[in-house]
Amino acid sequence: MRWLLLKDIQILRRSPLQALLLVVYPVLIAILVGFAISRGPGKPRVAFLNEVPQGARIVFGGAKLPSVGARERICERVECINVRNRGEAEEKVRSGDALAALILPSDLVNQLNSLTTLNPGTPKVEVLVNQDDPVKARLVNDRIDALLGQANLLVARRIAGEGGKYLKLLVDGGSFDVLGQAVQILGLRNTARILEALRPALPAGPMRESIDQVIRFATLSRDNLDVAVPLLDRLAQPIVVDKTVVDGSAPPLEIFAIGVAAALTLTFVTLLLVAGSLALEREENAFPRLSRGLVSHSTLLLEKIALGVVAGLTVTLLMLVGLQIFVPLEWSRFGLWVLAILVSAAALGAAGAALGAAAREVRAVSLLAFMVSLPIALLSLVPSGTVSPGLFDAIRVLTALFPFKPALQAITAALDAGGPDLGAALLHLAILIAAYGLLARVALRRFSAV
Amino acid sequence: MEGTTAAAVEARGLVKRFGEREALRGIDFEARAGELMAVIGPNGAGKTTLLSILAGVAAADAGEVHLPSGEVGWVPQQAALYRRLTVEENLLLFARLEGLDDPHGSVEEMLELAGLRGRRAEIVARLSGGNQQRVNIAIGLLARPVALLLDEPSVGLDPRQRARLWEFVGALAERGTTVIFSTHDIQEAERYGKRLLVLADGEALFDGSAEQLREVVRSEAPEAASRDFETAFVAFLHHRGH
Repeated sequence: MRWLLLKDIQILRRSPLQALLLVVYPVLIAILVGFAISRGPGKPRVAFLNEVPQGARIVFGGAKLPSVGARERICERVECINVRNRGEAEEKVRSGDALAALILPSDLVNQLNSLTTLNPGTPKVEVLVNQDDPVKARLVNDRIDALLGQANLLVARRIAGEGGKYLKLLVDGGSFDVLGQAVQILGLRNTARILEALRPALPAGPMRESIDQVIRFATLSRDNLDVAVPLLDRLAQPIVVDKTVVDGSAPPLEIFAIGVAAALTLTFVTLLLVAGSLALEREENAFPRLSRGLVSHSTLLLEKIALGVVAGLTVTLLMLVGLQIFVPLEWSRFGLWVLAILVSAAALGAAGAALGAAAREVRAVSLLAFMVSLPIALLSLVPSGTVSPGLFDAIRVLTALFPFKPALQAITAALDAGGPDLGAALLHLAILIAAYGLLARVALRRFSAV
Repeated sequence: MEGTTAAAVEARGLVKRFGEREALRGIDFEARAGELMAVIGPNGAGKTTLLSILAGVAAADAGEVHLPSGEVGWVPQQAALYRRLTVEENLLLFARLEGLDDPHGSVEEMLELAGLRGRRAEIVARLSGGNQQRVNIAIGLLARPVALLLDEPSVGLDPRQRARLWEFVGALAERGTTVIFSTHDIQEAERYGKRLLVLADGEALFDGSAEQLREVVRSEAPEAASRDFETAFVAFLHHRGH
């Protein structure tokens, strides 16, 4: 087996461009994919036009609310590009310079103020989008919904907060500013207390009964309004999220991204190398000569898988060392990294051997390897709940048949303690090694006939 | 199915099917030690299939093959070597895989024998088709086989290389190696084959010397028999419906 391994390494050495491509291309792709997944789109660029007159403030119950700082709050979440007019905003969106444009119309504050009157209006903000790309359109819609939800929540909380202050004033009494004049409000609590103090001085009769009625009303109102204050606060955000993790443990997103990058690199290097080098034996017509008792089918398959494992392990470890520059990794788990990569590479190598055994040409098998591995890798990244349950079940079955997903799980588990179950992933890979090994042997026997 | 007889290759009732098609239909023959036997016939006659079964690359569906004790060398029709390796690396790889006691010594011997000593460090892909075929044959001879199976060995060789090849193969046969070769070149078969095995549609139509075949044709088509051997051979096939 060592002579065949030496021969394959000599052949690889003779094709430096091919060897370089085999290593550099998947590593580059893997790093790009990994970071694209982990970093997200960042702050989207949004053209921002604020037509609301300066100094305009939301007024509730005759009192001005503190400034909400709309621009500052919005521009915390998106990268704002200030524009002077609607035309400029449209141009920014059309040219793709901005993902969307947000226009706060001049009557926005008036419309908000009308919410507390008998003729409430509908406050509107205007959003301009360029939906030339369905993914971008979805992203913009999600961002707008999120921003609008946050803005509505903020306004509701402000109004509820101010409303709560007035209710508290009504219950407990205090000072209230009307047109620059301080007005003292007695409050229901004090009203009841005063009346209770006066009550013994009154003779029994209709007057005392009337006083008792007023005292009961003031007490009842005070108690109910006491309850209304927190109720009003709850009304601003009636539902709060209480998250409980029932299944799965998620590692940090950066670690998951590195796991994806490593699994992709390992998949392409191992699968292509094993499938290609096995197909090369057929393409060079050397296979019949080898199989005349010089090398058994099992030895040939083992040699090819060993070649893939050595190359895959080397490239993936180099890539992890390189990624260490961007994201700190736990070197104390190095042994687990090696174990996960070795078993994953063996499973991917066995899959590559099955593909290579069924093909006669290196080019055909390389294309086949890409056609099989790339969609499976992408499907393996589809999270549950993002597609219909039936489709997700189909994806789960399909991805379980190929070593990419368990390899990703094993590598992620090896990189971080918060990852999936390493043992289960390794067992899954071991089953795939056996299955693909058997398939490769059958294919080699079936397709080696002269 | 395989056994040994004293320095001879023997086949009895060989049958090979590819689906519905019978590529070999009960082939019988034997080749003695040191004999040079040519397997000839039209395309699809079963020549390559027969040699592949003798080489152990393909299995017969029925019949028996007896091979001499010792190595049987096989030189396939298409060069079976690694084009990205050098001539020497190819020979050394197969010498090691053969488990030869002195792989480097055997490589030197084959380089000398094939006249490739000066081109030992050249990448095989850069060699001419003829030189690639010489490497191909040299690999088949590495283990000093007692029987040598050559499938269309002279394809792609120029006349000078062909002459050199047959000189070399003739020398092997003189030393006692049984050589069975297939060819499309009827003149070549007449010239170098001490015995001819004629196959057509998987059947053995004739087994004997070139002169014996000409005698058969003489009784069937006297005009053709008096002309060149290829014409006589075509008449022989035509008379049997091929």
